[in-house]
Amino acid sequence: MAKAEAQNIDRSKMKVSDEVVVSMSGVNKWYGTFHVLRDINLTVNKGERIVICGPSGSGKSTLIRCLNRLEEHQVGDINVHGIELNSDVKNIEEIRREVGMVFQHFNLFPHLTILENCTLAPIWVRQMPKKDAEEIAMKYLETVKIPEQAHKYPGQLSGGQQQRVAIARALCMQPQLMLFDEPTSALDPEMIKEVLDTMVALAEDGMTMVCVTHEMGFARKVANRVIFMDEGQIIEEKEPEEFFNNPENDRTKLFLSQILNH
Amino acid sequence: MPQKTDNKSVNFVRTEAAPLLPPPASEAGITGWLYQNIFNSMSDFSSPVATIKSVLMGLLTIFLLYVGLGQFWALLDFSLFSAVWSAPEGVKREACLTVDKGGELPSGWHGACWPFVAAKMKFLMYGAYDNDQLWRPNVTALIGLIGLAWVMIEPLPYRRYVGAFLLTIYPLIALILLTGGNFDTDYNSVTVITILGLLLITIGRQAAAGRMGQTAGEFAGMFGTFGWIFIAYAAVNATLGVDFNLRQIGTNDWGGLLITLVVAVTGIVASLPLGIVLALGRRSHMPVARILSTVFIEFWRGVPLITVLFMASVMLPLFLPEGVNFDNLLRALIGVMLFSAAYMAEVIRGGLQAMDKGQFEGADALGLSYWQKMRLIILPQALTHVIPGIVNTFIGLFKDTTLVSIVSIFDMLGAVQSTYADPSWGTPVQDETGYLFIVIIYFVFCFGMSRYSMFMEYKLSTSRKN
Ligand SMILES: Nc1ncnc2c1ncn2[C@@H]1O[C@H](COP(=O)(O)OP(=O)(O)OP(=O)(O)O)[C@@H](O)[C@H]1O
Ligand SMILES: [Mg+2]
Repeated sequence: MAKAEAQNIDRSKMKVSDEVVVSMSGVNKWYGTFHVLRDINLTVNKGERIVICGPSGSGKSTLIRCLNRLEEHQVGDINVHGIELNSDVKNIEEIRREVGMVFQHFNLFPHLTILENCTLAPIWVRQMPKKDAEEIAMKYLETVKIPEQAHKYPGQLSGGQQQRVAIARALCMQPQLMLFDEPTSALDPEMIKEVLDTMVALAEDGMTMVCVTHEMGFARKVANRVIFMDEGQIIEEKEPEEFFNNPENDRTKLFLSQILNH
Repeated sequence: MPQKTDNKSVNFVRTEAAPLLPPPASEAGITGWLYQNIFNSMSDFSSPVATIKSVLMGLLTIFLLYVGLGQFWALLDFSLFSAVWSAPEGVKREACLTVDKGGELPSGWHGACWPFVAAKMKFLMYGAYDNDQLWRPNVTALIGLIGLAWVMIEPLPYRRYVGAFLLTIYPLIALILLTGGNFDTDYNSVTVITILGLLLITIGRQAAAGRMGQTAGEFAGMFGTFGWIFIAYAAVNATLGVDFNLRQIGTNDWGGLLITLVVAVTGIVASLPLGIVLALGRRSHMPVARILSTVFIEFWRGVPLITVLFMASVMLPLFLPEGVNFDNLLRALIGVMLFSAAYMAEVIRGGLQAMDKGQFEGADALGLSYWQKMRLIILPQALTHVIPGIVNTFIGLFKDTTLVSIVSIFDMLGAVQSTYADPSWGTPVQDETGYLFIVIIYFVFCFGMSRYSMFMEYKLSTSRKN
């Protein structure tokens, strides 16, 4: 079933270029004495779609949150979009402008309308005129198929709709890279599909994506690499077909058997 | 088969809609309200225990009604039905005396003596402010009221600008109108400060354009801000020095409601921005900001307001150099301002603490700067959450202004007490009438604030959530 679907999507635009968007080398991070990230090396090229999976507490969220400095790493180098990630606030803000993030719990701003949620950053961070920002916002709200909700408040939308707004909000900054941290795990089953469809469409458009998700159908369909993490380390990194059919590490095998056979 | 209804199948398919019925009497209308709120608890006679409970509940209700209504009636009777409303020309205390004491009212009479309040009205409102200059506080109050109403009434245009006017230019107008302006401003220093300000702004501009090197560029904003502060300071000083041909009236002559409002409004208006800055400071990651804010807050929360006022009016002059004379009211004002800012800071910090971490992260991930994040995302929500606490602090502050009467500033309470010394109005009901009058005024202000805050909460919660 998943295999059949994998044939359906248009991979022609999903070209991977040589340009490096993210490079992490020798990254280590501790929470107090707890070593959460251990010697992480990862390169993401422009146009790549990476899926990260692994058991709970393995450090997946921590890893992608390091990419836009929501978490600070202590050892190693992270380069995003050619900018060195260090404690320099200027660099951090520059990187955040180019990196969109979608959270498990949406994190929409409840006191602003959907449209205001989407135009806020373009207006204040990119200094875009309000009219242009609204035009772009409407364009992306159409992409995620909810332009008619633009003047409602987040509290009036379903979870799936809120998550699609969150994706549109990130896209309005026209980012080079999109990070997803379990975007569907707070949603009811019937809403998961609408969010995944949006993400697939985004991948078809050639967006560089790093997704933490346990949606293995999605991984098979769009990812060009799947990364398995455990105890803060990258255990296995493969193309999806290889990853699902021939996992090498025992922990990967165990994880896959648990997640696929329930 | 599905048409057959007489077989014992568990399958069920509704073929017609269940009817919509009107609610039972206990759910709707006045009877419903009375039933649910009053009779429900005393109409259960199904068992002996329930009967006893119901009877006791009924007796308790009757007793409470009797006591409550009795008190209420006594108040109405004193202030309205038995009250003396007017006195003939020239008649003073005799208007409110019983026959036993030399008046004309029946013996045993007990009621408010409103002519006394009317006779003292000017003093209760303005203190010893010059009689022929009362238009000045009146105009000040009028501008303030119109501005406030403008800001609070939703559909009016330019509310933002009116609000900005109220917070910046209005205090200056009020100060000049109330004191008379014409301060002895040193125009030489005003000139120097203006030039300094312009210089700083120019440096800021150059630095922002990157013409002064990397390090200066990072402080461009700071140069600009300080430049504007200097200019604003110079402008205020220059304006205060202008002779508007108004008679100068010192704050010693101010009193009554005028003082109460000046102290309360200054405290309320200043405490909110100061409180926000302190609350943010206390949660800041910068150790200096955090320690300074924490020490400030804990210091002011640790001392009673009375002590603060005493310190301000008695101790402070001892530390100031000879000849430096600080206005007594101004000292009290600063004390009240800093005191209420500390309380406000903790209320606001509560609101910040309650914010979901996701809101900070959402704003960060979009690339908003710290101040943008706070101003656009965090504070609007945090402040909305703590409206009850903020208004609580405002109301507390409004009532605490009565404390300034102990450093010989005659606020409304001080004013009413000093009228009791007038023997020509001395009657047994003098105290009660005077206090009743100011209680009503305090209540109107505090209740008004409370209602407005409830209206705000309702409005914000209906527009933003389901
Ligand atoms: N702020 C923190 N302080 C201390 N420990 C933390 C903190 N945040 C996360 N951790 C710990 O770090 C580890 C990795 O957390 P992380 O959120 O990255 O896991 P995850 O792989 O995303 O798990 P999940 O699938 O449950 O989201 C966990 O053991 C967690 O308890
Ligand atoms: Mg996680």
